[in-house]
Amino acid sequence: MKPLRIKFFLILGVVLVCLYGIIGLPRSKAELIANWQNNIHLGLDLRGGTYLVIQVQQQDAFNANAGTVAERLKDAAHKAQIPVADVEVEEAKTLETANNVAIVVKGVPAGQAGTFRGILSEQFSQWLSKPQSPTDYRLTMKPTEALALWQQTLAQTKNTIDKKINALGLTEATVQQRREDKDSELLVQMPGVDDPGHVKQIIQTAAVLELYDVKGGPFASREEALSQNGGVLPLGTKLIGAATAADPQNSRGGGVYIATRTPVVRGPDIRDAKPENGDLPNTWDTGFVLSQDAAKRFASYSGSHIGQRLAIVLDNKVLSAPTIQNQINDQGRITGAPSQQDAMDLALNLKAGSLPASVRYEQENTVGPSLGADSIHQGFIAGIAGVLAVIVAMLVYYKRSGINATLALILNALILIACLSYFGAVLTLPGIAGIILTIGMAVDSNVLIFERIREELRAGKAVIPAVDSGFSKALLTIIDTHVTTVVSCAILFLFGSGPVKGFAVTLVIGLVANVFTAVFVSRFIFDWELSRPKPVTALSI
Amino acid sequence: MEIFKQTNFDFLGRKWPFILLSLLLTVAGLISLWIKGGPKYGIDFNGGALMDVNFIKRPPAEAIRAALRHKIAGEIEVQEIGNSQEVLISTGARDDNALQVVRGDMLSTLNTAFNTQEAGKFDINLASQSGLADRLREPLTRGGVLLSEDQLQGVTKAIAKFRDTPPRSGLISNLDDLSGVSGVTAPLLKVVKQECFPGNFAIRSVETVGPRIGADLRQQAVNVVLIALAAMLVYIGFRFEWKYGVAAVIAVFHDTIITIGLFSLLGKQIDLTVIAALLTLVGYSMNDTIVTFDRIRENLKLHVRGSFSSIVNLSINQTLSRTVLTSGLTFLTAVSLFLFGGQVLNGFSLALVIGIIIGTYSSIFIASPILVFWHNMAAGKAGPTRATAVEVRPAGTGKGVKTAKTVK
Repeated sequence: MKPLRIKFFLILGVVLVCLYGIIGLPRSKAELIANWQNNIHLGLDLRGGTYLVIQVQQQDAFNANAGTVAERLKDAAHKAQIPVADVEVEEAKTLETANNVAIVVKGVPAGQAGTFRGILSEQFSQWLSKPQSPTDYRLTMKPTEALALWQQTLAQTKNTIDKKINALGLTEATVQQRREDKDSELLVQMPGVDDPGHVKQIIQTAAVLELYDVKGGPFASREEALSQNGGVLPLGTKLIGAATAADPQNSRGGGVYIATRTPVVRGPDIRDAKPENGDLPNTWDTGFVLSQDAAKRFASYSGSHIGQRLAIVLDNKVLSAPTIQNQINDQGRITGAPSQQDAMDLALNLKAGSLPASVRYEQENTVGPSLGADSIHQGFIAGIAGVLAVIVAMLVYYKRSGINATLALILNALILIACLSYFGAVLTLPGIAGIILTIGMAVDSNVLIFERIREELRAGKAVIPAVDSGFSKALLTIIDTHVTTVVSCAILFLFGSGPVKGFAVTLVIGLVANVFTAVFVSRFIFDWELSRPKPVTALSI
Repeated sequence: MEIFKQTNFDFLGRKWPFILLSLLLTVAGLISLWIKGGPKYGIDFNGGALMDVNFIKRPPAEAIRAALRHKIAGEIEVQEIGNSQEVLISTGARDDNALQVVRGDMLSTLNTAFNTQEAGKFDINLASQSGLADRLREPLTRGGVLLSEDQLQGVTKAIAKFRDTPPRSGLISNLDDLSGVSGVTAPLLKVVKQECFPGNFAIRSVETVGPRIGADLRQQAVNVVLIALAAMLVYIGFRFEWKYGVAAVIAVFHDTIITIGLFSLLGKQIDLTVIAALLTLVGYSMNDTIVTFDRIRENLKLHVRGSFSSIVNLSINQTLSRTVLTSGLTFLTAVSLFLFGGQVLNGFSLALVIGIIIGTYSSIFIASPILVFWHNMAAGKAGPTRATAVEVRPAGTGKGVKTAKTVK
């Protein structure tokens, strides 16, 4: 008796823990429903919401990195008094070739090759250099460095997008790396968002703000700008187009400016930004504040360039090029936002920081709340119908022992749902299908045991030994069959996307719980029945 | 109740009709796949856009197709979901940039072609909860209905919930229906009726998949099924012997091919959930096979008298009751999913229904004959198969079970 009583309390304990996990300790019907909703997390396909798969264009980050390194190299050569003819970046065009970005150095005087190589190995050790000729070198990134940059870019993009989405008020949204082995894809899940248009726009706006020293302009076109300088760009400069009149960012005319290659102030230097009322009524501006370091640099720059022009460049388009009137410390303003929403969006984007690389949307899935509600309803009906069918069949076929199996089944379902709640797993529509399927498969274990018991009885064994050997002979087979299904679920989990992952998880938990209920609990019920004082000569099976 | 008391069917002796049936089904499936140029991939694998639209009064599919063809390039498929006013519109694969635009294009075309227009009014069936709140805020104040922001959000949430739960499923056909919703008073309803109108359709879901992801997924799907089969082979080879593993894997592979072939014959789409169902079936079909193999192994250990093939026959008979019953019960749950589970799970549950039938059938009529064939091939070189000298009556078979007398 004693072991039986221990078993009973163990099972009772499990039941109570499960119930607690699902509905907590409710004091009223409303609280019961509230607890239920809190504990069972519904996936996007049941709740309604949007999910986005974003491809981070890593090559942008690689090109930017190469650009900075090229500038540093030029400086270093200049300091060492090596007159290099040109340092060019060979940009990577696609994601797959991001690693192949290269810096080409031309015209290092043969006599100073040694010094130059010295500089390369001291200060630029993350790059491999290959001499193309006595005076030219080609630098490519070392694999370890490239790998680090991939991961850093992905992490930075993920954090920035996270900040942007949270700033929009979507506190339940999540951003994660989509798959372990893909260093360039992010998965954004936004419950409750019906129309991701605005969100996508915010994410995609790089909002890279840069301030450049203007060397010439505005010119009407590229050709005009070049012709001013004999058909080529002056050394160390680049052309930046101005936002056209049609561009909502600027109401002034178009044109092209010649500016120094490297900006004086760039995106990461911005500490804060917020929308402000413009000088004219009903206009909006976006004010920004620079970080301390940048403020110092900017103060010294603006102090020494009074009377010259400064280009405010947003996303590679010149918004305006005002003349510096006096030294500016740490604050600035971007004027002429078309509406309050635009000023707010710009402030949001400036604050969140710019994305280190641009993004492309690979996949987008929006489920409206009505489809979600219908799916839950249908899943529920299918579940009830399936489970009832199984229970009736078991009772008809195995008579009283069918009750035994039914109790084990119900406990199985209970444990399954409780596990989902405790692990914080997400219930998706395929997940509901997984629960229903688990019921069907779980019954298999009971069938195996009962058929064995029947065989033993038929061979002439008494009831108790028959039950005994029925269970022990069936155990190994039960374990074997469960392992195979668990293995295929594991593969499914690694491969599948959100909803399919949910299916794999519920199936695995259900199968594991099944070993417990079919073997331990079922056995207990039989034992309990057989331990009654009145000797049992026949088993209703 | 007991259906299979002590059966003694000669499964192995009568294997040829069933093997022929299998071959027939496999060939039919393969021909269908060949004619149709491969399986019919859903947008998960092909890329493209898929929109699920629920109408109050559904226009004919041809009209929808014609309207969309004006604005959207490429192939457009309009599938009516029987028994409802729902329609699935899918467009073919296109590159990422075009995909972004196509969603808006589809919506605006449907709006102009099939929606009732009421100038200046707000379509309540296409609105989000916050959009509705934003639209109603000022008119409510003007109409003398004073609500705090919380109350406004609360009542619009209640209206949205009312609209989205079954049986309305996203569509309100008559604004008067709202009078029962909590928080909707007569003056509020009056303002709603002034500002809003019930449009003719609601968008239930939209999915766009870029071509790169689609192609990626297709490759992965094939890999994954092959990995699963390999894993099964290793596991069973390890638990039993290699020939058991090979027999089991061939049987499951046969199941997968036939299921995909049947999908092609029936013109059904294969999407990610169908692959999930196939993988589940790989694991599940192994179950039946393992139960039988376990019994064979047990009978061999007990030195049951007879040739290998007669032992296999015996084992199948002994496990028949369990096999049929379990498959039957799992089949019941799969059928329940298919009938009641709704349109989203349709492919998934169909794959399960077909797969369970075929899986059970293959465990009995395909896996075991292959095993015997292999065994005899291997043993044929080593000499005739065993026949034990001592007859030990194995437990559980009872009296009167005939074992084959001839040595094959």
